[in-house]
Amino acid sequence: MQLIPCPWCGPREEAEFHYGGQAHVAYPEDPGALTDQEWARFVFFRDNPCGPFAERWSHSAGCRRWFNAVRDTRTYELLSVYRVGEPRPDASERDEVVS
Amino acid sequence: MTADTSVRTSPLAAWTDRLAALAPALDVAERPFLTQLTVRARDAVAVARMGEALGVAFPADPCTSTRGGGPFGDVEVLWMGPDEFLVVAGPDRRALVEDALRAAVRPARGAVVDTSAQRTTLALSGPHARDVLAHGCAIDLHPSAAPTGTCVQTLLARAGVVLRVDDAECDAFTLLVRSSFAEYLAAWLCDASVEYRAALS
Repeated sequence: MQLIPCPWCGPREEAEFHYGGQAHVAYPEDPGALTDQEWARFVFFRDNPCGPFAERWSHSAGCRRWFNAVRDTRTYELLSVYRVGEPRPDASERDEVVS
Repeated sequence: MTADTSVRTSPLAAWTDRLAALAPALDVAERPFLTQLTVRARDAVAVARMGEALGVAFPADPCTSTRGGGPFGDVEVLWMGPDEFLVVAGPDRRALVEDALRAAVRPARGAVVDTSAQRTTLALSGPHARDVLAHGCAIDLHPSAAPTGTCVQTLLARAGVVLRVDDAECDAFTLLVRSSFAEYLAAWLCDASVEYRAALS
């Protein structure tokens, strides 16, 4: 089983986590001003890259905290994890692979 | 037929004999009705103040716990999250500890909630305690990786538990499990210990 490094608890089994979709999707500043199309794009449209992808994860069976992780969608390799509120690490920091 | 609700019954009251029969490979006993208070507070000063009130410093590092004696007897403080702790005290201390923590957390923002009925507690020890836990838990419980005081929330046999290492050298552990999962976990422990009972008899 793949180990996911929780930024609080350290490496734990994948089964302890829940997936939360793409990270850094900002809530619209003025939702009322959005057209239906723009709203639908915010609610339903997500990136689907082939390569590093910033995602939200929740350590639901452990500390129950949400955090962000950059995962390579081709290899499932977790390139980095970082706590909510912290900026997305630079892709050039790939040498510091945690998993 | 109506149930007698005047008598308090712990979740594993019916399992006392079956759990006792696992000795000597595994010494398991329920410690029923412990006071458990969930404390939420971000303010470091308030957390330190609560530690002083209990006589036990709150754990500073993730996945650790502290234990000590103070005005409320033996108290354990378990790290549950970056701003969340579980205070475990004796069965009859709930109101006293709750009031003391509430008074200590002010004027910072925080919450002290009685969650005593949420979980029951199992004390595990014995020569095969670590082996039995390894059947259903992925955490490395070797003393070099999990020293005394380690406290993790994880899955044991797919049931969510809080696992505390009471004494790493003696293989003594405490399991806190939700009341509704307690009988399942007790049954699983009995099943997982079968091979060690055979080896010792």
